[in-house]
Amino acid sequence: MINFQYTRASDVSDAVRQIAADPTAKFIAGGTNLLDLMKEDVEHPTRLIDITRLPLTKVEETATGGLRIGALVPNSDLAWHAAITQRYPVLASAILAGASAQLRNMASTGGNLLQRTRCFYFYDTATPCNKRELGSGCSAIKGINRINAILGTSDACIATHPSDMCVALAVLEARIHVAGPGGERIVPFADFHRLPGETPEQDTNLDANEIVTAVELPAEGFARNYTYLKIRDRLSYAFALVSVAVGLEMDGTTIRQARFALGGVAHKPWRDPSAEAALNGQVASPENFRRAADLALRDAKGFEHNAFKIELARRTIVRALTQASRGTPQSQSNKKIA
Amino acid sequence: MARALATTQTTLLPPGKISVELVVNGVETKFDVAPWTTLLDALRERLDLTGTKKGCDHGQCGACTVLVDGRRINSCLTLAVMKDGAKVTTIEGLATDGALHPMQQAFIDHDAFQCGYCTPGQICSAMGLIAEGKAKTPDEIREMMSGNICRCAAYPNIVAAIQQVMGAS
Ligand SMILES: Cc1cc2nc3c(=O)[nH]c(=O)nc-3n(C[C@H](O)[C@H](O)[C@H](O)COP(=O)(O)OP(=O)(O)OC[C@H]3O[C@@H](n4cnc5c(N)ncnc54)[C@H](O)[C@@H]3O)c2cc1C
Ligand code: SF4
Ligand code: FES
Ligand code: FES
Repeated sequence: MINFQYTRASDVSDAVRQIAADPTAKFIAGGTNLLDLMKEDVEHPTRLIDITRLPLTKVEETATGGLRIGALVPNSDLAWHAAITQRYPVLASAILAGASAQLRNMASTGGNLLQRTRCFYFYDTATPCNKRELGSGCSAIKGINRINAILGTSDACIATHPSDMCVALAVLEARIHVAGPGGERIVPFADFHRLPGETPEQDTNLDANEIVTAVELPAEGFARNYTYLKIRDRLSYAFALVSVAVGLEMDGTTIRQARFALGGVAHKPWRDPSAEAALNGQVASPENFRRAADLALRDAKGFEHNAFKIELARRTIVRALTQASRGTPQSQSNKKIA
Repeated sequence: MARALATTQTTLLPPGKISVELVVNGVETKFDVAPWTTLLDALRERLDLTGTKKGCDHGQCGACTVLVDGRRINSCLTLAVMKDGAKVTTIEGLATDGALHPMQQAFIDHDAFQCGYCTPGQICSAMGLIAEGKAKTPDEIREMMSGNICRCAAYPNIVAAIQQVMGAS
């Protein structure tokens, strides 16, 4: 691994002070993504600021009936937290669909948001990659792009955001609390991650000197009609080829409000307001689900090895909407897709 | 001492060695490491506890699984300095007075390994799984043990070994 200096942050303002004072420093939380990338020489901070001892480990009720999740709450603790399993089961399910028990014990809520793409060329420093080195080119567009994006791509980058947790947070319309040298601000989830455009080196709209302090969930948790359906090459411990998180508000067999987000297909969890609107006020039926899926994928563009994802995504949306509308969410241990 | 470690940039430590205190398998240990030393390398190369294996060094196999403050983690993806003050249990810490831990015995009873390379990680992971208390059915055991790859594919026997210990406890 590369050499670096190591310090600890004593509180949030100290963390912000330390990161602002050193442009080549990085925060380390669970370390499961950053250390991996440092071993590959993809990330090379000269200093790690250990934030694991900051008091950001609580899950608290908010005044508006939601929850505030500290940035250092481990993924496993969050997935098993009673308030999450009862009120936001789509989040619990998405977290348990990701990584392994050991990794979830280490991974933090904040780190999960900020994990980087698994694009093969991003990891391979012998090849050009605009995300690693802006202006060098994108090796994936004409390369082995089976795991890459089909929506929201640009000529500069076709990477996906690999998180499962974030797909559920998109459906829940979480709000990200951040602190920086200029004080605190709150970022709506849809504005947190970016599309690649001409600046694929930036995954998110977090400023270099900001720290994520918490993830806030609004009161609506879609606890009755939800699912997280993840399709991958092996049934566990693998990233999504395509995943779909759904939250529905139902009135009998009629959908009052629909939300769904796709993972594994874009540079950020993908929601399409027009596809969701097409379901609102409609009966939960295969035809309506197919129409919504077609709408969500109308601009999808496949590359040499990943065009299969378009049909896979279409079917996964239909299946996930079916599961959610019936109140039979996907089990994350029995992998049979009902 | 490491817990008095510098927390502001004005007192930044040089990238030399940092003192770390760990309780490893019940024994208090203090040693100096470079900041970039993973917990896995510290265990194997500083403390000569080579029972914990390095398979991939990237969180992808589980061979390096140990218990830190009772929770199973991949020791290849954490730094020794980050775990200062923690209690670490490795495969070497499971037997008491020469008697195998029931989980070790169960792995032998069920022939739950072939080459044995993944086994220390499997056993530590299984200890973590039982402490968590979430997995009950064989499906759940398989899912919650998916972070431990076995190239010899002893999976059915590993599940049987874990079920034996669960049945007894
Ligand atoms: C083998 C393997 C398989 C995996 N499979 C999956 C999977 O199937 N699904 C899935 O979703 N994920 C998967 N993951 C990824 C895993 O979920 C992430 O690595 C993890 O969530 C990152 O969290 P962390 O706390 O370890 O982050 P770290 O590695 O500590 O940090 C990641 C980044 O976030 C920054 N950071 C961390 N915390 C903060 C903060 N509070 N404020 C500002 N910046 C911060 C760091 O500076 C760093 O740049 C897998 C990982 C591995 C190694
Ligand atoms: S898709 Fe993005 S991350 Fe992958 S090689 Fe192209 S620029 Fe790099
Ligand atoms: S060596 Fe740590 S997971 Fe493979
Ligand atoms: S026993 Fe050989 S890898 Fe598991």
